[in-house]
Formats: sequence, C-alpha cells, structure tokens
Amino acid sequence: MAKQAVIKVSGKKINETVVQFLKLILEKGLVEALLIPRALPTGDGFVQTLIRNITNLNNVTIFSPTMPVQSARILSNLSIKNLNKKVAVVLKPCEIRGVIELTKFLQIKLENLYLIGIDCPGTFEVSDYANMVKEGKNWGELELELIKSMEKGDVFSPMGYHFRDACQMCEYPVAKADIMIKLFGYHVEDEIGIEIEDRLEVEFEKNGITLQEAGEPSYRKEVVNKIISQRTNKRDKVFKEFKERVKDLQSFLDLFSTCIRCHNCMVACPICYCKECVFRTAIFEHEGDQFLRWADRKGSIRMPTDTLIFHLIRMAHMVTSCVGCGLCESACPSHLPVTALFRTVGHKIQQMFQYVPGRDINEVPPVATFKEDELKIESGAL
Amino acid sequence: MAEFEPRIVAFLCHWCTYTGADLAGTTRQQYPPNIRIIHLMCSGAVDSIYILKALIDGADGVLIGGCHPGDCHYQTGNYKARRRIAILKGILNQMGFTEDRIWLRWISASEGKLFADTVTQMVEELKKMGPNPMRTLWNA
Repeated sequence: MAKQAVIKVSGKKINETVVQFLKLILEKGLVEALLIPRALPTGDGFVQTLIRNITNLNNVTIFSPTMPVQSARILSNLSIKNLNKKVAVVLKPCEIRGVIELTKFLQIKLENLYLIGIDCPGTFEVSDYANMVKEGKNWGELELELIKSMEKGDVFSPMGYHFRDACQMCEYPVAKADIMIKLFGYHVEDEIGIEIEDRLEVEFEKNGITLQEAGEPSYRKEVVNKIISQRTNKRDKVFKEFKERVKDLQSFLDLFSTCIRCHNCMVACPICYCKECVFRTAIFEHEGDQFLRWADRKGSIRMPTDTLIFHLIRMAHMVTSCVGCGLCESACPSHLPVTALFRTVGHKIQQMFQYVPGRDINEVPPVATFKEDELKIESGAL
Repeated sequence: MAEFEPRIVAFLCHWCTYTGADLAGTTRQQYPPNIRIIHLMCSGAVDSIYILKALIDGADGVLIGGCHPGDCHYQTGNYKARRRIAILKGILNQMGFTEDRIWLRWISASEGKLFADTVTQMVEELKKMGPNPMRTLWNA
C-alpha cells in the first residue's frame, strides 16, 4: 500500500519546503542526481536542470509555470544508454504520461529513475511568461498566487494571460508517480500532501527518512473532480469547434496552408518514437523532374511539398499514444491548431481500442498488439 | 465524354491474395482492368505511407489483400495490418475524408472468384464516388 503523508509548511515557504525534502533524498544517497526545473539567470523562464551537487539547488522550483520541453524526451536521452545511478525527476502529469508511453516503446528505462509527480494547474507559453516578467510580475508573487489557486481549484489567469490551450483541456491534472506531491485541496500555507509508492517506501525506511502520515483532506477529491470536469467541458468544446472547421479535405488543407514543414511538432513530440524519421530520409528528397511531373499533372503545386502526408503519417504513428501535452502547438512557428487536431483525432482512435495513453505501464499500445476477434470487415472499419 | 475509369492500386500478399489473383486469371474469371497490383510478402508489410502516397498521387482507390484471420503465413501479419489500416481509416474519417477509398479484404489463394468479385465491386463503388480529388488539388 502506498503511504499517504503530509509535509508541514512554515512561513509560506512552500517551494522551499519541498526542495528541502528533495535535498534530503539527495543527501541520504537515495539518488545521485535530481532533475528539476530551475530559473534562468535572466529571470524570465525555467529549464529542466540535472543537479548533482546540493549547493546547486538554488533557484529550483517544483512549480515551474512553463514547460519548454517535454521531459519524457529528456529522460529518453538520459536513461536509454547506461544510466547506472539513480536519478529522481520532477515532472508534470503529462510528462509522466509521456514517460510511460515512451517506456512501452522501449525508449526510456525506468529502473534507475524515480518519478516525482506534482499536481498541475497548467503551464503558460514560454513567451507569455517572459512577457509577464517584462510587464513587472515577480515570480515569488506569481508562485504564491498560483499555488493558492490550487487549494480550491480556481481558474487562474494573471494579468489576462491564460494557460496553454492544451492545459486548459487536459483531464489529467494529477500525476501517478513514485512520489506524488499534492496541492489540490490542501491548505498549502500549512501543509502539502505527499504520497510514496511501495518501491520507495522501503528505501525511505532504510535511510531513516520519516514522514508524518496523514490522509488526504476530504475535499481534495471534489476539487480535482471540479478541475477535471471544467477541462473536459473545454475539451469537448474544442473537439466540436475543430469538427466544424475541418469538414473535408479542402477545409483541412486550408487550415494547414501555412505549415512550413519545419518538423518542429515532430521534434517537440514526446511520442514520435521513430529513431529515423522517414520524412528526413532520401525517400522525400525528390528529383527535380518529379516536382515538374506533379506540377504538370496539377497545373501547379504548393511548395514545399509533402505537408499533408507528413501530418497524416505522423498521426498514424503517434495518435494512439498522444498524451495531449500540446508542445507540438507551442513549437509551431505558424501557430497551427495541432493540439486540437491531435486531441480530436486521438480521442476517437484511442476510444476505438479503449486505450488511455499513460494510464498504465502494463497496457500495450494499440499499434503494438492486436486481438484475434476484432475489427470485422462487416463492421465497416476496414 | 468517356466514362470515368477509376485507378486502383492493390497491395497483395504473396501467400493468399496475390495467388488468389493468379487463380482468377488462370480460371478465366472476368474482372475490370482498373487495378494495378503491387506484390508484397505480407499484408503486414503494407505501411500506411504506401496507402497515402498512392492516394495523394492520384489513385482513386487502394485495395489491400491478405490471408484470412488465422491463416497468415507469418502468423500475425494480417492482424497487425488490420489494426494499422483501421487506425489510418479512423484518422481520415475524423478529418472529413469520409469516402471509402481504402479497402482491406481477406482473399485466400483458392478464392479466385472472390478476388474478381471484389475488384468488380470496388470499381463500381469508385465510379459512384467519382475521381479522387487529391489528384488535382494543388496543395495536397
């Protein structure tokens, strides 16, 4: 059974309290390093940072208001070749779901990683946060407002800035991890919740790390459910709007006409799992004559070519496992509504196989398995 | 004006449907000549990219032929093809490409007649749909 506890907060130092706890894990040698977001020296952003030396724990935060990269990608780099020491990593729920999916595709090795998941109110676009700072918002102040808003699950939009679209429609505000840091429903100025999974509980006992056991506050469930239902409503609205906009091939092409085929969505995506992308191989380096033949048949062709096939094939590969983190859209220089596309299409395809990406490490991704008795020709699915 | 003649690109597995197509020929089954066959070892070898490439480059329909479920020469290739194609078709449907231009059919080596009937039926359906719009769209 997982152990349910609280950490007492003194003097409104919420982040510091959790960081102290993480420091203890490092000091006691449970882990050799810690991956955690850290403020940039410029003060207008945060990046994931791998910390070995505890004196480097200054300016780190567990509540990073931005998510410049999907840490599932970072953990793939970190763990896939010879990671022989334990590392604890602080992640948002969508990052953990990405980690679970990439583990299934054998691109992350979890054995030496301890996942620390944190309740997520949402994240801002990197540029929005930088603008807030420019407009005079100070992080200490914003941090406190952000965390306090989580107690009752209030909508948070400082200075008229909103969370990223993907966050506004994310139905997974709570992470499932080895260590779960809980804020929704907690009176964070006094205490925050923490839950330790079995494999770590033993380690904690061995190293003499004790926690004050305490159940969750009664209204935490209510708060979490409220957030989930708000976001589900938003999600359904986005689905509906997208379907109204994309009715046929022509409307899709119109919507995506500004795609510059930069492949940023692919680079940012935690799920895009091919080691060598077919769109970056010689298969798509056409001969000059080929372009002319296409142009000859159609009268004229859009350049660069192959945008439609790129999006469709990328979807065919990743949409069953799309965790909806929306970093594809954050990375898109043309501001295409790729989150809405992948969420709308993904939802239907995932339902086809009753699959929820990131739900359970033991569920096999739909593309990697089959059932003998399914998808009959008569059903019209084929 | 001449009647629209659809072009079908067919990906047929070596062990069942290709042999079935062969049988259709040797037994002199009649079927329309609108099909161009590409011979693969297994329906499981059909990547979604082949199907889309054919459609985007102007094929009016794509037929994928494999062994009946349970009969795959490689045990499970056709089951995997089935999921892959269901996912691809699901994606296209969600995006409003509702016309049914992709067909996956199980046709064994002994079903020459079924092969001829399938092609005949597919050609009829595609004639009703008309030409594939991707053939002429400049920005597809």
